[in-house]
Amino acid sequence: MSIVAQGVSKRFGDFVALENVSLDVPDGSLTALLGPSGGGKSTLLRVVAGLERPDSGRVVISGEDATATPARKRGVGFVFQHYAAFKHMTVRDNVAFGLKIRKRPKGETRARVDELLGLVHLEGFASRYPAQLSGGQRQRMALARALAVEPRVLLLDEPFGALDATVRKELRAWLRRLHDEVHVTTIFVTHDQEEAMEVAEQIVVLNRGRIEQVGSPRDLYELPANEFVMSFVGPVNRLGDGLVRPHDLVLSRDPGAGGVEAMVARVVHLGFEVRVELTLGDSSPLSAQITREEADELELAPGDIVYVRTTAPRVFNESERGRPGATR
Amino acid sequence: MARLALRFTALAYLAALLALPVGFVFYRAFEHGIGTAWESLTTPEAQHAFWLTCLMVAIAVPLNTVFGVLCGLVLVRQRFRGKALLSAAVDLPFAVSPVVIGLALILIYGRNGWFGGWLADHGIQIIFSLPGMALATIFVSLPFVVREVAPLLREIGTEQEQAAATLGASPLQTFFRVTLPAIRWGVAYGVVLTTARALGEFGAVSIVSGKLAGQTETLTLHVEDRFQAFDLTGAYAAAVVLALMAIATLLAMNLFKPKAETS
Repeated sequence: MSIVAQGVSKRFGDFVALENVSLDVPDGSLTALLGPSGGGKSTLLRVVAGLERPDSGRVVISGEDATATPARKRGVGFVFQHYAAFKHMTVRDNVAFGLKIRKRPKGETRARVDELLGLVHLEGFASRYPAQLSGGQRQRMALARALAVEPRVLLLDEPFGALDATVRKELRAWLRRLHDEVHVTTIFVTHDQEEAMEVAEQIVVLNRGRIEQVGSPRDLYELPANEFVMSFVGPVNRLGDGLVRPHDLVLSRDPGAGGVEAMVARVVHLGFEVRVELTLGDSSPLSAQITREEADELELAPGDIVYVRTTAPRVFNESERGRPGATR
Repeated sequence: MARLALRFTALAYLAALLALPVGFVFYRAFEHGIGTAWESLTTPEAQHAFWLTCLMVAIAVPLNTVFGVLCGLVLVRQRFRGKALLSAAVDLPFAVSPVVIGLALILIYGRNGWFGGWLADHGIQIIFSLPGMALATIFVSLPFVVREVAPLLREIGTEQEQAAATLGASPLQTFFRVTLPAIRWGVAYGVVLTTARALGEFGAVSIVSGKLAGQTETLTLHVEDRFQAFDLTGAYAAAVVLALMAIATLLAMNLFKPKAETS
């Protein structure tokens, strides 16, 4: 089911969480809301879920205006960062909650819960309490609980934010596979650009209550709309008027090759790649990413002078520089 | 060594100030044999006092439990002008002496009080009868459930309730299936404290009851009455009953201790 937000604004006191945000999420897609904390992404998700009422604007879910519909009637599944597990219920009762509210027959509920516990790999945990599960298991339980009622859309608010790095990576890949199996329109919130790029088909970059850009992971990386997006979705250097990615820098020993003079400050071996930290004439830092072969050829050592060229500088005009404070 | 000293101090303090006096009450009650004590407990006045105390508990505890949970929800979940005032008002019974509460009730409901005249004209008597005693008991035992429930509500937050809402639960379903189970130990402890307080109430009830033996005399008032009449066995025996009721209340709570989910 498609989700459309039209001109949504929301303030909390003096703080503007969302300012005239419009967004179109196609049916069956997996969309990430990406941005720094306080950027408005969670608020937008909660407005879509009906947990927050927008000051102005509309939310349309599969063609119907849902702006005035309470959360319980929107048919959304919501997963919270801190799981929001019902602590006094077993895993089975947690997952069955929505089905019991809907007064489904007992046998049907039982079968559906078993099926979902299988889907989230918690078969043997049905009679445990949430306190007896790890963070990753609790979040998978919360996902099963949200999926049990066959929601029209699935909304996840920083679902892996409270988990450690390994479990995060695992669940990311798992969420991607789950989406390919279940095909429910999904929006998830994250502040981690790598997570957004790995999981989502469409990324919405939100900053200071506004949408900076909407696009595929590749579009965002290769065709960022402004300085904020470029610096948020990957590492950047400032070189003259433009921004450039570390791997778009070419180093040379030969002054005749053109480029800016820089001094090598440090050479960091990262395996296949080598990061060269440089200092420019005006003592501003610059970070270049080159292959190991290139590094071996150049025989770089701290204190050496090299010449830096760029193959793909991006120069943004005044309006694309971003609003004050928009860049990190 | 220091730990032993600490433990000894704590135990000695409890023994000297709690166990010894209560133990002595038990001793004095049965000093002249169980038969004498039993006789003084089976007089019509003592029986009536016992049932009257039970009635007061039965009225005050359910009312204060329902009100306490509602009031806790309002205090924790809502923002409004005068919230600090409401919060302070809930604590009033802790701060104000029960005697003052009794006098205040007389000022309002007494024959010459604000409502007293109007009520008397309509044949309703509050002071020197059961309604006044119930009011006094409710008043003094009001804060316990609120004060037990509010911190728990703050601690569980609203996420579980929001999750229930997105799963299709109505506000009422959310309350009974999610919120209430999450705060049930606070409610249970609040009920125990409310019960204990209602059992033991003396000052406010003493003023509004008129202390008519066999009519408006609760167990605490009966103890005083027997004491003043130099019927020490009667006084101590009734006191033992009060103590046993309180202990039974405390034990009842321990029976429903939390299970696995709090581990």
